[in-house]
Parts: sequence; structure tokens; C-alpha cells
Amino acid sequence: MRQTIPLLITGIVGAVLVVAYFIPHPPFDSLREEFAIFFDIIAAIAFILGGGNLIKMHGNRVSRRKEGWVYSLVTVVGFLAMLAVGLTKLGNPGGIKDSSVTAAGSYFDWLYQYVFRPCGATMFAMLAFYVASASFRAFRAKNAEATLLLVVAFIILLGRTFVGTLATAWLPAELHFLTVPYLAEKIMTVLNFAGNRAIMIGIALGIISTSLKVIIGIDRSYLGGD
Amino acid sequence: MNRFIATVEKLDRLDRRWVFLVVGLAVVLATLFGLRFPEIPTPLVAAVFDKIESLPAGSRVLLPFDYDPGTEPELQPMADAFVRHCIEKGHRLYFIALWPLGQNMIESVVNGVISVEYPHLEYGRDYVDLGYKAGNEGVIAVILTDLKKLFTTDARGSAIDEIPMLAGLANIQSFDLILSISAGYPGTKEWVQYAGTPGNIPVAGGCTAVQAPLLYPYHPDQLLGLMGGIKAAAEYEQLLMQKYPQFADPSFLTALARMGPQTVTHLAIIFFIILGNVTFTILRRQRRRQPAGPGDAEPGRGARA
Amino acid sequence: MVLTAKPLSPLHCDLESHATPQPRPSHLRSSLQLALIALALVWVPAVAAVDEAGPAAGAPAPPTNLVARDTPSDRGESITIAWTRPPEDTGPGGPVTGYRILRAAAPDGPFEPIGQASPGRSQYADRDARDGVDFYYRVEALSAGAPAASAIVGPVQARPQWLNTNQWNVFVILALLLGFNLYFIEHIKKGGKPYIRQIAGLEAVAEAVGRATEMGRPILFVPGIQDMNDIQTVAGVTLLGHIARTVAEYDSRLVVPTSRSLVMTTARETVKEAYLAAGRPESYDENSIYYVTDEQFGYVAGVNGYMVREKPATCFYLGAFFAESLILAETGNSIGAIQVAGTAQPAQLPFFVAACDYTLIGEELFAASAYLSGEPKQLGSIKGQDVGKLLSIASIVIGVLVLTAAAVTGWGPLVSIGHFVRELWSTALV
Repeated sequence: MRQTIPLLITGIVGAVLVVAYFIPHPPFDSLREEFAIFFDIIAAIAFILGGGNLIKMHGNRVSRRKEGWVYSLVTVVGFLAMLAVGLTKLGNPGGIKDSSVTAAGSYFDWLYQYVFRPCGATMFAMLAFYVASASFRAFRAKNAEATLLLVVAFIILLGRTFVGTLATAWLPAELHFLTVPYLAEKIMTVLNFAGNRAIMIGIALGIISTSLKVIIGIDRSYLGGD
Repeated sequence: MNRFIATVEKLDRLDRRWVFLVVGLAVVLATLFGLRFPEIPTPLVAAVFDKIESLPAGSRVLLPFDYDPGTEPELQPMADAFVRHCIEKGHRLYFIALWPLGQNMIESVVNGVISVEYPHLEYGRDYVDLGYKAGNEGVIAVILTDLKKLFTTDARGSAIDEIPMLAGLANIQSFDLILSISAGYPGTKEWVQYAGTPGNIPVAGGCTAVQAPLLYPYHPDQLLGLMGGIKAAAEYEQLLMQKYPQFADPSFLTALARMGPQTVTHLAIIFFIILGNVTFTILRRQRRRQPAGPGDAEPGRGARA
Repeated sequence: MVLTAKPLSPLHCDLESHATPQPRPSHLRSSLQLALIALALVWVPAVAAVDEAGPAAGAPAPPTNLVARDTPSDRGESITIAWTRPPEDTGPGGPVTGYRILRAAAPDGPFEPIGQASPGRSQYADRDARDGVDFYYRVEALSAGAPAASAIVGPVQARPQWLNTNQWNVFVILALLLGFNLYFIEHIKKGGKPYIRQIAGLEAVAEAVGRATEMGRPILFVPGIQDMNDIQTVAGVTLLGHIARTVAEYDSRLVVPTSRSLVMTTARETVKEAYLAAGRPESYDENSIYYVTDEQFGYVAGVNGYMVREKPATCFYLGAFFAESLILAETGNSIGAIQVAGTAQPAQLPFFVAACDYTLIGEELFAASAYLSGEPKQLGSIKGQDVGKLLSIASIVIGVLVLTAAAVTGWGPLVSIGHFVRELWSTALV
């Protein structure tokens, strides 16, 4: 019974939504959007669980001075600070009655512009360093395929910069197809494109299979198995 | 010889922090010295430029800003360039966001570009901000047939019917172009799949360099042009500068300025790849000459081609 | 001459309303008077026509063959109006500047404008037509001169349809794929032995969990950064169930930081059930599955911090990932962990392949649950996927050959077949 009800709900809702795709008559036409909105509402309410879990876990670490409790303190303080300035609309020109939480001049906007945005941009900027270290480690000519990958990586790396244009600018027009920018573009738009399409087709088929297994109740791993 | 091999082994297992240091220096020095290189526009970028050029004045252009501060350094320059180009051509701009923080990106361009460089433009007649709407591709599917079902007010709280450029607009099917700037999901792919193809609306895109290969399959039938990353933004600025000389001022050439550090960083990465392969080759030859002993590990664990 | 609807003189109006003028009293019918009257009858309208001919000659012809019908395969409240464009319509920039569509509830009006179409277009959808109500339509061609109105069509009613025939191709393809999946599921249930190639990443799960147990270090599982409405997250959470069971059997420690609250609650249920199934309910620790933050880079910063401090021996990244994938993988590499990744985001696959020990590429992520379970009925779905791929390959080859041959030869039947092949794979609305 514990598994039967969730399985029934999954099966019925899944089947109805698949069939609804082909039925334009109301109410089937808007079922997908309605369920998506239901999901958004549930996810928003579920945030209370996540937020509560965050406070509980990190609060526990701080109160018991567990290893790394300082990081937990920063987390809790940051969370509560943003929540407080957002809820009370501190610093908003219109006060708490002002409709926009992010109005210019608000403390929330200040924290967003000068704390949140730089942190997000910094994390993203780390990718540049990690790409370099991953390239240094991964692009080794161990075998034929790895060598091919290495050569292609060189062409793409050079082709994305002016140096690539400069490197083969001396080639005559008849050999234009050997210039680095041309090769880089063809690798991306032909070879890479073909590979991506094949992967995307496989993914789509995998999604159909997985969805079918979940809808008809064959795969129950998300319920903990049989 | 042993010292040489020992050195080569050290270089082969170079601490990644040295790599980080060199990359960091490459970016900092290139930025400090203001290195800049000319860009040759590629066909995909030129296609986007030509489309905006070809549209008659007054055309409706939808600009979904589906990115956030993390990708702002890569995408903001192309967003600014698109807005400037569209305004120069006299197009009407409709901003929208499917990412929560996309709204902030819209405000960035409105406050930083439109209000500063084109103060004569009137909100509601020349440009409008519809703001963020939750629902991902569901939003696109709905506004393709009924805009007012989801948008009763704009981002500033004004009723849609009171905004001149939205009055009488039933849906987005009459738009002349969707110019999507995206960093992931939902993004250009969703605009192509749920608006461009079903509604026969031309779609052009700007995205991060990483996302670009995912979108190439949609070109040219479903995506008339694609700008992947800061390089494409730099190419676009080059085109803009050539056509509109007033944009030759460095303050308008953010992407071109950022390509300098990118070029130097790419060269640094190439150097490290070459270094890694040289050390790998030397060590492999050394191992072939000597029998394998215990503890000899294949260099580059975790690297699978 | 072109007569407009608007009368220019009473005489002109009489000409429109009467076939011949009424007879006058006999005392006025002298030959001169008759001549004068005849002259007036011919001359004035001729002058009027000449006066009208100036602007009338520059105005376009009205749209013709106006047809209004209920928009097919829709939810109702929509009527499609189509017309034949006048010859003067040469597209944008031509004499015709557009079309105005007018609608009325009765054939004699009043007609009110409901929308406009650009020059070059010959169709308009009225999406504001109440179902079951009679409507009449008229289309005017707009230009620098007076608008040229078409004939009136109607009555026409909008109605919702029960079947979207535009999606017949999607239905056929879906039915085929589902059919093959179900067939193989049944076939294998009856004792068929499918051949499934080895997937290295999944074969390594037990080894990876065992390594972590020996080293006394935790196992990290990252189910992606999307919510439960993403199929990749569903696939990741189903794999979490299998891996949690293995972890429970080894009595090791599993840590699952999540980016979404719903994923946290679902993952907790999944792991709890897995521990129960493995007979180790007392080992289940709810706090090992926790929420970090919805924000992408905040989440990866939190997970990275955990990885650098606690140094898990094994890391699983199975779900939807975006830019943070390389940050996770490189950090995992730096701490010496075994890393198994799987995602259906093609853009992130190269990063995982470069930095992780094992990578499940695209569909392998979706096949993984069936693979790990080993259940015949689940393995049947993998065969169904393979047949779907064969169908795709066949379609691509046939489509390329047909379209290439049609383009090269221009042979009519081939062109028609090529057109059909394009339609088969199209999802555009009518």
C-alpha cells in the first residue's frame, strides 16, 4: 500500500499528461502548464523545509562547536541577514510598503550588488583556472584517439583567438580551408555538431525509456526499490 | 641524467597551483597592459548582425535575458552590443527574463546603456521591461499564443494595456526577431523549441562559449545566427564599430578589451599542454628503456580520452 | 471606371440605385432637352469617374478568395482567415502596406478592426473569437490611398477540437518507440536474454564504494543542481537508491548535499528505503542528506568546501549539471577521489570526461538504473532504446539520401517524398 498509492499517482498523472499533448480541447490543453505551476508552488513551499534544514544543521554545528563551525556561522549569518533585509525591505525608499524588494538604495540590493554578484562571478571565474589544470592533465598523447583530441584542442584553442588568425594568415586564398579559423569553425559546426546531435538523440530516447519505466511502475528505485 | 629525469617527473606532476599562478598572471598582465587584437567576424556572428540590420525601423525585437551574475562578464558585452545596435536601427525592444536574476541583468542594461546613452528613448514607446516570470519553457509556450495570460503588468507594475507598445499585442507571434541571451536552461534552446519553430519567429542567440556546441545543431534553419562567448561578442563589436564609427570609443568595446586576456590565457594553456606532452613523452621513452618497477604509475591519473 | 461605395452626387447615387432614370412629363421631352439630359447622364458620372480615377488608379485591388474557418486542431476561440493577396502586394516596402482584418457579429456590421497583418502575408488568426458564436469577416488592403475591402465571409464559428492532427508524426514516432520498449520488456520477462555491453562506470560502483569503506572516508553523491521535475534528477535519484543500498551493505557513510529542497526530501526517502531494504535501518542518518542552496555557484562552493575538508574517497556526480561541473570534478581530482559522473548535458560531458575516472555519457545515465538493477523487465527498456536508435539512424540515412537526390535531380515524386520526410520530422504549428 505504501508503494501502491505513489505508483498509481505516478502512472495516472504520467499517462494523462502524455495523452493530453495530443488533445487541444480544454482542460487538456493547459494541463502541462497547470502541473508545472503546481510544481513551482510545491517547490516554493518546500523551500521552507530546505531553509529550515539549513538553519538546523548549521546552527547545530555552531552551538556544538564542531569542526568547521566558523563556516557554519558565516552561513547562518548570511542567510538570516539576507532574509531580514529582504522581508523588512530595510533601506527601501518606500519603506516596507514599497513593492520592490530590490529597489535602488535598499540594503538587499546593496548586498546583492556588492556581496552576492562578486561571489558568483568569482566562482565562475575559477573555471578558467580549472580548465587550465584539467587541460594540462588530460591532453596527453597516450594513443591515437588522445593524439587526435590533442590536435583538435590546439586548433580550437588557437582558433578562438587572434593568434590563430595570424598563424595562418600567410596561406594563399586557395588554401583558405587550412587556416586555423576555418578549421576551428568547421570542427565546431560540423564534427562537434554531428556528435552533439547523436548524443542528443540518444538522450531523448533515454528520457522516453526512463519516463516509461517510471510511469508504468517498472522502475521503483525512487521509492526505495521493490 | 637522473637529475634530468627527476626534473621531468616533477614537471609532469606539476602542482596545479603553479598552473593557476601562471593563468592568473596572464589575465592580470594582459588586462593591465590593455592588450587588444582586431577580430575577424565569423559567418555565424555576421548572420546575427545582418538580421538586425535588415529589419525595418520599428520592428519588434524580443530580448530574453536568461543569465545571471556568474555569466555576466561573458554575456553582458553582447547584451549591450545588441541593445545599442537595435536602438541605432530604431527597433522596439521588449525585455523579458526566465531566470530570476535575469531581471537584474535587464535593469543593468536599461540603467547602464539606455538611460545613459539614449536618454531620449521613452519607456513604453521604444522599450519595455516585462520582467521575470517563473515557469521556464511553460512561459514561452503560453506567451506564444496569449501574452496577457501571464503578463498583466510589466516589471514596473504598469498595466499592460496602458503601455503603448503592448496595447493590442495578443502574443509574440507578430515579433520580428527573438534575440536570446542565455547561459543555460532555460535559454536559447527553449526559445527555439517553444517559440521560434512552432511560431515561425526568427531566433538568433548569444550564449556562453560552453553552451554554443549544444546550439549549433539548430543553425541555420531554426537559429539564424549564434554568438558563442566573449569572442563572438568581440566580433560583433568589431562589426558594430565598422558600421557605426561612433562605437569605436573604447568604452563601447568591452568584449574586445576582454579578448586580450583570453588570448594570452589560451596561449598559456597551450604552453602547459605542450609541456605536459613533452614530459609525458620523455618519461614514456624512459620507461620503455627500463623495466617497470613497483610504484610506477601511469602519468595523468583521471585523464581518459 | 471604378465606382466607390461613397456617392459623389445625387445623380451618381441615382445611377447606382436605378437601372434607368424615371420618365419625365411629356412637355419637357424636346429633342434638345433629351440631348442635354443624355449628356448630363453620361458626362457627369464620367467626370466623377475621372475625378475618382486619380486616387483609384493608385489603390490596390482588394484581397480576394476570402476564406474564414475554425482553426483546426486547437483549443477553440480561434478562427483563421485566409485570402489571396492582390497583385500589387510585393511585400514590405511595396504599395500595399498591410492588411486590416475586421470582424462583425452580423453580415451588415458594424465591422470593427481586430488586427493587422504585414504585407506579404495572406493569413491571420483571430484568437479572440468566442466559441459557438457566429462571426463575419472582411479584410482591407491598406496603402497610401483608401483601403480596398474584400467581400464579406461568414458566418463562421470557433470550436475546440479533441484531437491535434498536426502532431500525427509525433504520435506515430512515440507509439513506435513505446511499442518497442513494451515489446522488449515483455519479451525479456518471458525469458529472453538480452546482451547489454559493459558500462565501465557502473561496473566500478562496488569497487568505488569498497575503496571508500577501506579508507574510512565518506562517499559523496551529488544529484545535480536541477529540481525533481528534471528527468536527469529523477535518473540521478533512482541511481542514488542503488548506490545507497550498496553503501548500506558495506556499512559505509554516504553524504548527499542537494541544491533543491524537494530533491532533499525525495533523496531522504530513497536512501531510507534503500537502507531498510539492505537490512541496515539503524545506519541511516537523515542529516547526511542536506540542503545547501538553490543558487548554482553557492551550491558548488558549499560542496567544494565539504570535499576539501572531509576528503571523500569516492564522488558520484549523477544528474543535471551546468558550469559547475568542472569545478566539482577538478576539486575531486585534487583530493584524490575516484569520480564517477553522468549527465545528459552534452556541454558538460567533455569536462567530466577530462577530469573524472568514469563518465556515463547521455543515455547511459538513463540506462544505468536498469543496468544496476539487473531486472529483466528493466533491461528490456535498454533494448527498446537501442531499437529507437536504429530507427533514428535509418531515418537519417533515408532522409539524407532522399533529400539529396531530390535536390540534385529535381524529380517531382522525389521532391514530394522529400517534402513528406521534412513534414514527418517537423513540429511547426499550422
